Amino acid sequence: MKFFIALLVMGILTQNFTLAKFLGICPFLGVSKKLNTAVGMSAAVIFVMLIATAVTYPLNILLENNGLAYLQTIVFILVIAALVQMVEIVLKKYVKSLYKALGIYLPLITTNCAVLGVVILNIDYIGDYAAFGFGFGHAMMNAFAAGAGFMLAMVLFAGVRSRLEGADVPKFLEGLPITLIAAAIVSMSFLGFSGLVEGLGLLG
Amino acid sequence: MSEKKKYNLKNELTKGFLRENPVLRLVLGTCPTLATSTSVVNGVGMGIAATIVLICSNIAISALRKVIPSKARIPAYIVVIASFVTMVQMLVKAFVPALDESLGVFLPLIVVNCIILGRAEAFAGKSPVLVSAVDGLGMGIGFTAALFCMGTVREILGAGTFLSGIDAMIGCSFKGFDFTGGLAKIGLAPMTLFILPAGGFFVFGLLMAAANRLAEGKGLKKAGLSPCAGCPRADACANKLCGEEKDV
Repeated sequence: MKFFIALLVMGILTQNFTLAKFLGICPFLGVSKKLNTAVGMSAAVIFVMLIATAVTYPLNILLENNGLAYLQTIVFILVIAALVQMVEIVLKKYVKSLYKALGIYLPLITTNCAVLGVVILNIDYIGDYAAFGFGFGHAMMNAFAAGAGFMLAMVLFAGVRSRLEGADVPKFLEGLPITLIAAAIVSMSFLGFSGLVEGLGLLG
Repeated sequence: MSEKKKYNLKNELTKGFLRENPVLRLVLGTCPTLATSTSVVNGVGMGIAATIVLICSNIAISALRKVIPSKARIPAYIVVIASFVTMVQMLVKAFVPALDESLGVFLPLIVVNCIILGRAEAFAGKSPVLVSAVDGLGMGIGFTAALFCMGTVREILGAGTFLSGIDAMIGCSFKGFDFTGGLAKIGLAPMTLFILPAGGFFVFGLLMAAANRLAEGKGLKKAGLSPCAGCPRADACANKLCGEEKDV
């Protein structure tokens, strides 16, 4: 149980997926201009991360048992791409309301490094956290924490962006440069959480 | 026929350096740029790995451009790119294990590097083989150059070293420069912030401003980021998201 909480705290605060691990920077910078698009995008990312982990984790066991671990990258990206398409079709047909909320973000996510990143990290964690018995449940928790961390970063940054709109920015920093510097300051604020997992004794 | 179009090889090679620099002008591949530029050696290692994948995938995709049906092209491109990434991953693991360790998850993540899929979609899928290879080389050099700049600033300011870890990478006896001793003598210490994630965003922002300034001098537009930059279906979808947040 402690380890579950540790994964959650790490994913959201101390090793935030976007601000500390640099995964999913494109949507973080590109889709964070308005709060509602930021929330929609990150909800879609959480959704896809969970499904992708649920499918690739058992798939990885299958690959490893057959000595095909070197095919991981190819298999994972194809599975994620196919899965996202399939989910999109199913949602469109049966869950119209969810499709309306998440649908337009789904194609953007296929080649999002955050999704492939969390899937690969989950496989790496099996070895890294072997002492804690990292298993399927932990992988799902980690995927959720990663997505939630992404959402937190997106929502916070959407707020910062809306303030930037009206700010009087030096001319040479206008546009993307000031956005990146604002991201630096948001990222810096997350440094304050470092040591939290150890401090709470969650990994002890 | 696009085949008849005249290509200027020198132009294709040099455009990636500043005019269409993938990182600083087209704003692609931001994740690996920020994550692997903590030191020059890491950044350049990442740049070279991505360049190899980019050249190979450009050649393969361009050679197969008449065989791949246009409706199924994105999955086909992804398979080609993923295969080359797997090869590079194995080669790096075997010959430069130190690089594999420092790049970590970002080595397999070259698959989803927007630069590579972006070049396949925008260039290699409709251009002859030789030009595509040159385009890949040019873009790869541009990517590596941007990583080198980022890495230099971040490593010197953040760690007080330059080219540290090069001995493990290329197996030479030169261990890179170390300024920390000299700095300590005058009572200074490196600003660790610059090798932390926050410093990455900061240096990237300033570098982008500098690139914008240079581009402005040449009469080019400022770099902008489209949310659809990484989307393989950007041209087909025309959805309201792209219209809403077209430019930053």
